[in-house]
Amino acid sequence: MTGASRPIGVANVMLAVFKREVSLGMRQKGEVLTPLVFFVVIASLFPLGVGPESALLLRMAPGVLWVSALLAAMLSLQRMFATDYADGSLEQMALSTTPLALLVLAKALSHFVLAGLPLVLMAPVLGLQFGLDTRALGILMLSLLLGTPTLSLIGSIGAALTLGVRGAGVLLSLLILPLYIPVLIFGAGAVEADAAGLGIGGHLSLMSALLVLSLFFSPMATAAALRISLE
Amino acid sequence: MKTIHWFKFSSPQNFYFLAGKMWPWFAALATALTLVGLWVSFFVAPIDAQQGQGYRIIFVHVPTSQMAMFIYLVMAGWAGFGLAFNTRLSGMMASALAPTGALFAFLSLATGSLWGKPMWGAWWVWDARLTSTLILLFLYLGFMALQASIDDPRRSDKACAILALVGAVNVPIIYFSVKWWNTLHQGLSVSTKGASMATPMLAGMLIMVVAFWMYAIAIALYRVRNIILERERHTDWVKHAVA
Repeated sequence: MTGASRPIGVANVMLAVFKREVSLGMRQKGEVLTPLVFFVVIASLFPLGVGPESALLLRMAPGVLWVSALLAAMLSLQRMFATDYADGSLEQMALSTTPLALLVLAKALSHFVLAGLPLVLMAPVLGLQFGLDTRALGILMLSLLLGTPTLSLIGSIGAALTLGVRGAGVLLSLLILPLYIPVLIFGAGAVEADAAGLGIGGHLSLMSALLVLSLFFSPMATAAALRISLE
Repeated sequence: MKTIHWFKFSSPQNFYFLAGKMWPWFAALATALTLVGLWVSFFVAPIDAQQGQGYRIIFVHVPTSQMAMFIYLVMAGWAGFGLAFNTRLSGMMASALAPTGALFAFLSLATGSLWGKPMWGAWWVWDARLTSTLILLFLYLGFMALQASIDDPRRSDKACAILALVGAVNVPIIYFSVKWWNTLHQGLSVSTKGASMATPMLAGMLIMVVAFWMYAIAIALYRVRNIILERERHTDWVKHAVA
């Protein structure tokens, strides 16, 4: 990246890509804030749709918050590669000696930091509006913390496949949402299981398993999809 | 003994003519087996002790559900083959299979809801197998949508291949997560341990399964012929073949 003659370690390159993505994201505040506002608005629509009964809202809260977070995280996926594709830096990444899959991993993790982490921090505020207690809020945050990186990683495959394709936004959601279902089930399930007095160990273990699987496989699939898009 | 050059048929031109010879046979088999299977299922198979006449939709429901899942795997197999060996025909086969798979997934849901209404008293329940079939339908629709939105056929084949492979990895994960999420469906009717059905019922169902296989093969070959013609329309052999 710096053009130095000595070889740069893979970890340093990944860190550089990660830092670049985060600082680019932070410079365009809208990119971080819009999905967050979207999350708040979507979650606020549900009580307006189903009525203000607190028992019903409490029952629905984990699912509603998880679905809203999932949609909000998806909103910014398209931008993961679009600007780099437009200005040609994506081609440079594909040509670099560092494996593209690792650069993709760094980009996906930066997407998590920019899009997923704010949702995790915002979720308890919305959870309070739905009447969740402190314990449930903690579990909601934990499940979102384990789940949103998986969403970013799986989402990167869809973002790469729909790169430069017409109608990419809607197509991306059609491709990615079915793949998000296991994360949604176990994420919202963890909060509900705890409310029902059951253990959440199983849910969290499965979510971690999904995270590990997608950490390993999705950068490879994304890299392959990017190479096809760059042809 | 004459040696057969199998790779000869990986060229779209040769496969076009081979498929042209093959599909009428599969179509004829499908028609004959469907007629036999329907006759067995309506007139030979006895009335079910618990479900009465209503159970007879199983003869269509089970084969469509099986085909819906199986075609996805075959499609992903062709897609992976295409990515690995860079053969043009593989992508065409995958795209020829997708609409049939989506059709079977839809039919499986439709017949399932027709069966569910008299048996469970509801058109739709959020049960594991219904839900995962619905998600499978979404995966097929995503595949077809991605294919439709990329104009260059080579690029579209490769992108769809990756999507199909990612989907194939996810199908079992989705299935088991949905299964854990909720289960209300009746147990499997056919298993390796021995079926919980009368012999004529089982026979009718197996005949229908084979009939649907034949149909799927026939229609996939028929469709791949059209795809080949469309993609190779600039070549001389197509002009001769169509003229």
